[in-house]
Amino acid sequence: MNSELRELYQQVILDHNKNPKNFGKIENHNHSSEGFNPLCGDHIHLYLHTDGDIITDISFEGGGCAISKSSASMMTAFVKGKTLAEANHLFERFHEMVTGTGSDDDAYEDLDKLAVLQGVKEFPVRVKCASLAWHTLVAALKNSPESISTE
Amino acid sequence: MINNLKESLVEEKVNTFFNVEAVRKDFPILERTIYGKPLVYLDNAATTHKPKVVIERLKEYYESENSNIHRGVHYLSQLATNKFEETREKVRKFINASSVKEIIFTKGATDSINLFASSFGRKFISEGDEIIITQMEHHANIVPWQMLCEANKAVLKYIPIDDNGELILSDLEKLITPKTKLISFLHVSNSLGTINPAKEIISIAHKHGIKVLLDGAQSIQHSKVDVRDLDADFFVFSGHKIYGPTGTGVLYGKESLLNELPPYQGGGDMIRVVTMEKTSYNELPYKFEAGTPNIAGIIGLGTAIDYVNTIGLENISNYEHELLVYAEKKLLEIEGVKIIGTAKNKAAVISFVLEGIHPHDVGTILDSEGVAIRAGHHCTQPIMQRFGIPATARASFSFYNTMEEVDQLALAIKKVFEVFK
Repeated sequence: MNSELRELYQQVILDHNKNPKNFGKIENHNHSSEGFNPLCGDHIHLYLHTDGDIITDISFEGGGCAISKSSASMMTAFVKGKTLAEANHLFERFHEMVTGTGSDDDAYEDLDKLAVLQGVKEFPVRVKCASLAWHTLVAALKNSPESISTE
Repeated sequence: MINNLKESLVEEKVNTFFNVEAVRKDFPILERTIYGKPLVYLDNAATTHKPKVVIERLKEYYESENSNIHRGVHYLSQLATNKFEETREKVRKFINASSVKEIIFTKGATDSINLFASSFGRKFISEGDEIIITQMEHHANIVPWQMLCEANKAVLKYIPIDDNGELILSDLEKLITPKTKLISFLHVSNSLGTINPAKEIISIAHKHGIKVLLDGAQSIQHSKVDVRDLDADFFVFSGHKIYGPTGTGVLYGKESLLNELPPYQGGGDMIRVVTMEKTSYNELPYKFEAGTPNIAGIIGLGTAIDYVNTIGLENISNYEHELLVYAEKKLLEIEGVKIIGTAKNKAAVISFVLEGIHPHDVGTILDSEGVAIRAGHHCTQPIMQRFGIPATARASFSFYNTMEEVDQLALAIKKVFEVFK
């Protein structure tokens, strides 16, 4: 296996894929959104509960590849308890990281554990997998009535 | 006596012996590496590679024959026209059509179906009419009909498929009503490999006076298609899936039926006389060929057909079947592999899923081993819904693939399981 591939499928990503955090539907959500990746059939349904400016609870359902599932799992764990403004900022940072559009010496320490998904930038067709959950989150926070597609 | 028979069988085997190593030399791209590993190209249902003769033919056309067709009196225009029309005759012969008037050039199978749906729909489909397709169609043979049915307030019905990925044909007679105007279905499934009993379905349709369109996008390159033997009213295929250039395709139709259809696009070449008030249309097949076509591509398609004829469709069929049998055996030896699409009659297309691993991850890891497959829904979402899966990984074979490449595929699949263990 080449090093890029090892970087992409790190153990922590495989673990989240196998045992995703916050998987299921929270009953008292006040935001939700659906995201699709038509290319590979990834499908995610995101549920959020916000109290004022704070994301108090978040969960997801759906099926997808290891990258999309672990990204959703890690994202939900990370944004729980954050403010809406913080979540939006994290989305931008995450997007920068996986598309490789940020600066080269940026270690994305502010993204903490999410930085393991950095390897995705070497696989352009997989960027959509990693960012699907995040696009769906932004849509849910806007309470956008339309479902989200990465195409 | 028995010995004689044995000998003749051996001889037959030798006669149909297929030299894959020699054939591979005809395809320059097969020499390249991917991430430093030899390319194992198993995405032939998406598109096939081009033999050197086709690539050189395109170059030759642009270097010494380039001109617009059916227009000029000058030498080059006539030369280009002749070469272009030679392909029409080659296609006619290849599918055994009655006349070159029945061969309409398009951009591809999708374009052919859209042309047909638009023209046929305008003339023959009105409110309450019914069109039957199947649950295993490619989106190209679903969406144009949905669009037509929405516009003309018609009804679209589907022949269902069973767990093996075969059509449940006993349902067909139940779906047919006096309102049924058309049955459109694929000859070979691009996701399941199923070879549909085209002749039988066409005969049932004709018994009820229903016209049939047969989508040959995945059959034309694998075995002999004889439109007259099948009695297909309309037949479509893409050039790029039969070793020809992209942007080329064919719509075949019985001459009497094509004559009844109104033109599709308007423009140059499809007219006889244009006045400011009215236009009278050109004769077949030009009535359906508005504008400058992909001249180089169509000429290249002619060369591709010559090439396939040289290899021989029977040799192709036999060898690809050996590849299929071997590949299914190798894949099923690996624990956790499940094949989706287990029809009795299959082309060399294998859709599979690995237990607990998404096909997209399979595709990425196989790619890193130089093995090119397709992962996704293969433009057949209703099939995925039928089997309750989001996607499959698909290996699709051509006569230039080898048994060793099948072994490479199996090894790469084992690597996927290692990564995900």
